[in-house]
Amino acid sequence: MTDLLTYLIRGIPIGCVFALMAVGIVLTYKTSGVLNLAFGAQAYVSAAVFYVLRSDDYLGWPMLPSFLVAVALVAPALGWVLDRGLYRHLRTAPPVAKLVTSLGLLVAIPSVVKLLLGSGAKLRPPGLASESVRSLGQITVDDNQLVTVLVTLLVVVALTVLFRSTALGLQMRAVVESPRMTELAGVNADRIGTFSWMLSSFLAGLAGVLLAPLFAQVSEVNFFVLLVAALAAAAFGRLSSIPLTLAGGLALGMLNQLLAGYLPTDNVLATGLRPSLPFVALFLLLLFWPGLRQPRHAADPLAGVDPPPPSPVSAIRTHSLTVATRIFAVAVVAVFTVVAMTGLDDFWLGIFIKGVIFGLIFLSFTVLTGLGGQISLCQAAFAATGAFATGQLVSRAGMSVLVAMVVGAAVAAAIGAVVALPALRLGGIYLALATLAFAVMFENVLKPQEWVSGGTRPPKVPRPLIAGISFTSDRAFLLLCMVLLAVVAVIVVLVKRGTTGRFLDALRGSETAAQSLGISPARTKVIAFALSAAIAGFGGGLLASFEGRVSYDANFSYVLGLVWVVLVVTMGARSVQAAITAGISLFLFPRILELVPFLSQTAAQSIAFVLFGLGALTYAKHPEGIVEFQTRRSVQRIVDLLARGSNRGDAQPAATDAPAPVLATSGGPDT
Amino acid sequence: MTLLEATGITKRFAGICALDNVDLDVDAGELIGLIGPNGAGKSTLFNCLSGVLRPDEGRVVLDGVDITGLAVHRRARLGIARTFQRMELFGGMTVRDHLIVAARARARRGGLGRDLTFRGRTTDDELTATGAMADLLGLTPHLDRPIESLTLGQGRLVELGRALMTEPRLLFLDEPSSGLDHHETTEVADVLVRVQRQQGTAIVLVEHDIATVQRVCTRLFVLDYGVRIAAGPTAEVMADQRVREAYLGVGA
Repeated sequence: MTDLLTYLIRGIPIGCVFALMAVGIVLTYKTSGVLNLAFGAQAYVSAAVFYVLRSDDYLGWPMLPSFLVAVALVAPALGWVLDRGLYRHLRTAPPVAKLVTSLGLLVAIPSVVKLLLGSGAKLRPPGLASESVRSLGQITVDDNQLVTVLVTLLVVVALTVLFRSTALGLQMRAVVESPRMTELAGVNADRIGTFSWMLSSFLAGLAGVLLAPLFAQVSEVNFFVLLVAALAAAAFGRLSSIPLTLAGGLALGMLNQLLAGYLPTDNVLATGLRPSLPFVALFLLLLFWPGLRQPRHAADPLAGVDPPPPSPVSAIRTHSLTVATRIFAVAVVAVFTVVAMTGLDDFWLGIFIKGVIFGLIFLSFTVLTGLGGQISLCQAAFAATGAFATGQLVSRAGMSVLVAMVVGAAVAAAIGAVVALPALRLGGIYLALATLAFAVMFENVLKPQEWVSGGTRPPKVPRPLIAGISFTSDRAFLLLCMVLLAVVAVIVVLVKRGTTGRFLDALRGSETAAQSLGISPARTKVIAFALSAAIAGFGGGLLASFEGRVSYDANFSYVLGLVWVVLVVTMGARSVQAAITAGISLFLFPRILELVPFLSQTAAQSIAFVLFGLGALTYAKHPEGIVEFQTRRSVQRIVDLLARGSNRGDAQPAATDAPAPVLATSGGPDT
Repeated sequence: MTLLEATGITKRFAGICALDNVDLDVDAGELIGLIGPNGAGKSTLFNCLSGVLRPDEGRVVLDGVDITGLAVHRRARLGIARTFQRMELFGGMTVRDHLIVAARARARRGGLGRDLTFRGRTTDDELTATGAMADLLGLTPHLDRPIESLTLGQGRLVELGRALMTEPRLLFLDEPSSGLDHHETTEVADVLVRVQRQQGTAIVLVEHDIATVQRVCTRLFVLDYGVRIAAGPTAEVMADQRVREAYLGVGA
């Protein structure tokens, strides 16, 4: 009994940190409709700034000025910048566009911090107070933990007073109900929005500084865990109730300590389960917690006043555009093949092979995100599934490599379907969160299992041998990869132009109407999910065959999976060439940056991530993707030039000049 | 022969009784009207019959089969189609795509397998069928235009065409003429009569334009505050004193 009490009390400080962060998430979600995944990164910013100011290894400032600069100055300033520079302009954007934007920030911000503050390990982070230990009866706490609890109490009281008894709080509550209506009442909704962004960013910074001393070093991975724990707490509060959110955060902290205390430490399930508790909690809450699926705008009488967001497919491709793209693609592939076969050394050849393989993997986004309109954050887990399955089948069952890849793809498809089934009724941002939770569970619980990854001795995967032709040489393997990429690309195009693609388009346009025609939403989406997982799994197997083994951490970790999403969506989720461009850029871009003098390899990687992340910010404006946008513009220019050259006034107007839309289609609830 | 029979349909929203013990029956191939003032529960009844909403009480029977608990897409496969009061079109698709999607949903031939064996593209039959439907509705000039470039009235016609492409036995039309001018309304009504006569489709029409209703409907159901206040042949119902009071606002 006393053990139980001890564990529960030990869980309070960490629970408080979760709760602070979660309250910030709920605050911005309610006032701006953004489920801000970048909060983890914002907490990391404050923690890193505090570390640099306070730590004796760096500046060694006293506590108070360090705290004031890191939490009271940098954090709200960051919130101000994000609102003014970004989110204010996304107010009418669809939820998924907001999500992608925040994902981009989540990828970019930590890299910016590393570039500015140095990427060296920030060990033994100092807390707000000393680490002197006090004992309260049987329980020992240090001053940092006491400070954490006190600060949280203070924040809760301050927020209660703010919302209950101040004019500003009343206005914030009004903005939550209906921004437009509040404006009609003479309140500047934008200013209220900015204030709540600064406030929530302050809370994130506070949580970051309080959390830092609990870990051995200030690393963005820890803040990612904090983010997910906070998301689980926010989901517990149904993304709207602040008291419930607080309770959720505390409960999660306590549960964390309970598991630490009672679970045996020697088996993999226990060591895997404890760190992934927040993710398990988030996953289960998303699936089973009622009341989460109420759309935010349901209660806003003026929700329809703002124009509908641009639909990713709003412009239909003209014939000339399609033809021009094809000619260009054939030319590029031909030149690329000749250069790769004759001119490249092994280093660049390896980079291009990986680029082609990732282009293949990224085609899985074309199916799921481009056609299905769903954001999945666990494609890396599906690719890893395919890779592990291929490895196990080859090394244990002695299967031929190419067959094993196909079977691996089927295994990934099955897992994809299983993940999709419960998650599909969620849709939109909740599906994204559930898949994120699954990705992290995969990494922590499934990957360490012997039967999944082969444990400490990962299986070797040879290069394929097809009809007597060996692909051990990199040049031959590159050709094989290009052929396989072409096969998968054809599959994607067939699906896109066939019945499945049309049904997915219809479902994205209006699920109600599609269903009224006899289309089963669940069945169609599960097919898309499974197909997408299969493509990712096949690519994973191919990658394993190229590298000779499955290198999970270098290729498939969930953090990299987030970079994938951001990159592909930025390039264009709907077109095959955008997926391939994204695959090649993932590897080529950092290498090109490395050619810049005085830029270290880590710095180049950081800059690449920053640029990838910032690229996602264009998504809201160009949901069709950069590649598609640039293609259209270039073709348009050529068409204009030709028209001017032939001096004909009756040239066909292009699709982009189509008459202004009279009919406002909603473009689906979550696209 | 009775095609659809709904008995004792009751639906409450947070204490408000939107439908109170409403009965409705549709014979195969007839065109009937469902009328009533705004907020009378017409759309709610449509939603209960097409499966969007589950009634709190009551039964919906199609061709002798109880379909009360069936999902929307399963009912659609049994031959129920509908349009929506607030239009539900597929953004980013052309008019022809709308019609083809409906035809494919109707045909229900294995999706992914056909797609991957190069049989997923638009067929000549589909081009002919969509062309014929566009002719019927006067949408031929707009067939390959994106849906966003159409007017409200053309959008209504696309919804109608999409529903008809599923070759329904029973069609629910929720205010197909709202947003149309007088001329267009007459044309839509003519199309409905033609479809009903040529294809034997039963049609239930929610419509505010009383002239149209009187011209095309053989029977009428009248709802007011969720209660069925009259039902019967059009002329009888229109002469009913209670209907005149509730709906037409004619003093007693």
